[in-house]
Amino acid sequence: MSTTADVGPVATARPDTGAWLHGVVRELPPDTLAELVGMDGAEVRAVRSGGLVAVVSAAPLTEYGEEPLRRKLSDLTWLESAARTHHGVVAALSRTGAVVPARLATVHRDTDRVAAVLAERRAELTAALDRLTGRTEWGVKGYVVPGALPAEADDEPAGGGGAGAAYLRRRRAQLTAKEQGQRITAETAATVHEALAQYAVADRRHAPQDRRLSGAATAMVLNGAYLVDVAALDGFTELVRALAGRHPQVRLELTGPWPPYSFVAEAPAQEAHTVRDPASW
Amino acid sequence: MTGPRPPVVQNSGQVMGAGHEPANLGDILERVLDRGIVIAGDIRVSLLDIELLTLKLRLVIASVDTARQIGIDWWEHDPWLSSRARPPVEPGPRDPEEVEAERRPRVERVAARRDIDEYDR
Repeated sequence: MSTTADVGPVATARPDTGAWLHGVVRELPPDTLAELVGMDGAEVRAVRSGGLVAVVSAAPLTEYGEEPLRRKLSDLTWLESAARTHHGVVAALSRTGAVVPARLATVHRDTDRVAAVLAERRAELTAALDRLTGRTEWGVKGYVVPGALPAEADDEPAGGGGAGAAYLRRRRAQLTAKEQGQRITAETAATVHEALAQYAVADRRHAPQDRRLSGAATAMVLNGAYLVDVAALDGFTELVRALAGRHPQVRLELTGPWPPYSFVAEAPAQEAHTVRDPASW
Repeated sequence: MTGPRPPVVQNSGQVMGAGHEPANLGDILERVLDRGIVIAGDIRVSLLDIELLTLKLRLVIASVDTARQIGIDWWEHDPWLSSRARPPVEPGPRDPEEVEAERRPRVERVAARRDIDEYDR
């Protein structure tokens, strides 16, 4: 395939080409690919260039061209299975060594284009793989523990002004208690994150998941990701346990090992410290 | 230590051996949609759509099963995500504040059309 794909419409590409990028590794142990299932059950292939290996799923453009892909992504059922499949391949690669995971739905017209990307970004990819070797990502989420917050002011406060004024006073007292609780849990989350960040090689604080996504009964106050040396994992786990004991006002949950999804992009400047709307508490 | 294993720490630091249970879908979606290296592919569906999708997922889904049960199909009606967008037949689960914010101008428009401004006073 020549490089006319750059400018030509989809029709100039062979309809059966197209490559969904899962991730980039330095090398692939034999038989790794044979065990993997790609997008929609497709074959998983290796594309080699300049000492790097891109692992891709065959992704015919009749299925993964702009329009079909847009349609697929709009289908929550497909999105779920795509997310799991993509993650499955990336996770399998990470069990064999360092991997730079690609974001979901990174599709090229053919494997030549993938090879070209490997060549173009070789320095960056190689540096990332060096940084990630022997390390895995761990997630630590912190949730509010309801009993640990100051009690809500339920008492009927004294004072005249009728039912409306009393309601407003009560409401104000409730809000103050709520703000106080939020401040305490926010400070705890920051303390926990700083302690974990000191232990980890790198760290990111992502925006807390909405409760409807986390499925948790209480609000998430910490959604941290930590890159940890495999050799230091026991210590990290121990630290999480100690922090959980020290800070009963947050419930800590450790997940992993994850492929290093959070550590392949440049740190976005403070982007993760999104201030949540208090209404979501 | 032979390699990473996935313990799960819950409540008072109790560590539970989690084995190899499948990872939480929300965690996976968050990672594959939001993170990972951004390499511009040839097929440009991604960024706007997916960021928006993530945002909506954050807002809407508890789990895919729940989403299906309650008939979440906002993308069918969303002009950002669908070229065949049409007005929703009935509103899905929404943020009450958002619903209220949308309702207010509509109510005001209706009020203006009916010329009953004094009703507000």
